[in-house]
Amino acid sequence: MILKGKAWKFGDSISTDLICPGRYFHLRSNLPELAKHVLEDADQDFASKMAEGDFVVAGNNFGLGSSREHAPTIIKLAGVSAVLAKSFARIFYRNAINVGLPLLECDTDKIEQDDEIAIDLATGTIHNRTKGIELKAHPLPKAMLNILNDGGLLAHIEKHGDFRLD
Amino acid sequence: MGKTLAEKILSEKSGQDAHAGDIVIASVDVAAFQDGTGPLGVRQLQKMHLEKVRAPKSILFIDHAAPSPRKELSNDHMLLRAFSKKTGALLSEVGDGVIHQRLVESHAKPGDVVIGADSHTCTSGALGAFATGMGSTDVAIGMAMGKTWLKVPETFRVEVKGDFPPGVYSKDLVLYLIGMLGADGATYKALEFGGRAIEKMSMEARFVLSNMAVEAGAKTGLIASDRKTKEYLRLRGRIRDWRLLRPDKDAKYERVIEIDASKLVPQIAFPHTVDNTRSVTEAKGVKVNQVFLGTCTNGRIEDLKIAARILRGRQRAPDTRLVVVPASREVYLSAMKSGLLEVFVRAGGIVMGPGCGPCVGVHQGVLGDGEVCLSTANRNFRGRMGNPEGFVYLASPATAAYSAINGEISDPREFFSKGKRKTIRKTVKKGKKR
Ligand code: SF4
Repeated sequence: MILKGKAWKFGDSISTDLICPGRYFHLRSNLPELAKHVLEDADQDFASKMAEGDFVVAGNNFGLGSSREHAPTIIKLAGVSAVLAKSFARIFYRNAINVGLPLLECDTDKIEQDDEIAIDLATGTIHNRTKGIELKAHPLPKAMLNILNDGGLLAHIEKHGDFRLD
Repeated sequence: MGKTLAEKILSEKSGQDAHAGDIVIASVDVAAFQDGTGPLGVRQLQKMHLEKVRAPKSILFIDHAAPSPRKELSNDHMLLRAFSKKTGALLSEVGDGVIHQRLVESHAKPGDVVIGADSHTCTSGALGAFATGMGSTDVAIGMAMGKTWLKVPETFRVEVKGDFPPGVYSKDLVLYLIGMLGADGATYKALEFGGRAIEKMSMEARFVLSNMAVEAGAKTGLIASDRKTKEYLRLRGRIRDWRLLRPDKDAKYERVIEIDASKLVPQIAFPHTVDNTRSVTEAKGVKVNQVFLGTCTNGRIEDLKIAARILRGRQRAPDTRLVVVPASREVYLSAMKSGLLEVFVRAGGIVMGPGCGPCVGVHQGVLGDGEVCLSTANRNFRGRMGNPEGFVYLASPATAAYSAINGEISDPREFFSKGKRKTIRKTVKKGKKR
């Protein structure tokens, strides 16, 4: 599957508090409403500016902090098709795969704000069409690839009735 | 080949000879939700028609927004209560306390696999449990199936020797360590704390270390189960839950970090990241609008005792609010009986019911624009206390209490150095006479 969209650039250490602020705690059972505030404390107007299919592109340790699965869930719900970062925090990584949000670990210094990007998820190839360069993402561990390919953890368990990771 | 604590526990729980790097399916002893992550987890199970619990201890904690400040959250709480009734999952109600404090007091035990939909679930690692934070869906599946998948982590051994100087605590040690490793320095790894200083340390102080393991990115923070662990469980009528659990002498560590506690100084994590730590002397003079004493990191009885020792007979600075939140009902009762709560109230503070309190910005002490909070919590991310325009500094209970008196970040070692303590006593007496 090829994903196409524009890059929205963020820095290092984008915490789950920046992605899904605690002050909207009361909206956690109202995900569409919560999604309107996605990444609000990192970029106030992100949710209104981005278009369906765009990418979040960040530096190191994206998603550090709390275990709130709402963070990757609302990134996906807002229409972001994948997150690209130099590295991801552990719990966020696992949550994103569980909810079916693709993550790509790559050298994001080669991507700037507004660059047009195309991604081949199957091969992990990232094509920066604005700059005319190609990047390679680190492949997902097999266990996670299986879960992502099934469409997330719920779908994985529903399909196999158990964990089928190898 | 020898095994680390993580490898030992995950071998037992998966029934295979597990080593770092292996993927295992491990049985789950404790699966926990809190009120911020539970509703999503419960709905996932409803979606799958999997509304049952197989983990021996499946528990729902109402602590983050307790009591509820708004109707949406009240409705979330209702959903959790209904799930508990339907499935038999245990319910920890408003006022019972913070998930991690409740888990160590009454549920987690050495050798367990504990998964919780809260990143600081690693706290139970101090009891010698493989305890780790996950998201709602992972915990929901773990709760319903009684098992989960895990990658066996490589371990960083943190070997601590020496005696802590007066005014320096395990919080300072762990802040120092996180500053050294960086917020992602231990991502995917287990931290394993050991050495003479850890052996001598109280369980309460050990919990602080394990609690904050995740702030260096770690999956869990383990400590061997020893006599201190035994005594802690015995005092709670849980002697049967104890067992000796140590890493093998020839265990293989990815990295060994040695720290001499006697060389440590009080640490402050500056806004807006936990690894932005510096010595307290560099923060001296930063004006503080609110001091927050509490949370799953430092809201235990030992913490309240240290703070009360400093605040007894003294007053908070006029422009500095003091918010105290005991971490659990047990802590609250104990602080009540020993008169600590009175100390805080007389010092001009407010004592609130057990729970997370202002830690995550939902209620009870949200910061104003530009305001500074000195907190004993584990996180200071931008917006953490409900306002992206606020500034959160992290410190030990001693630093927090001493700073509350001075109205600015202050070095608690001053309090413990003899000459200074005399002057403090004098001022107190004078104050009383007047
Ligand atoms: S006290 Fe703070 S860090 Fe601990 S569980 Fe509650 S919100 Fe999380």
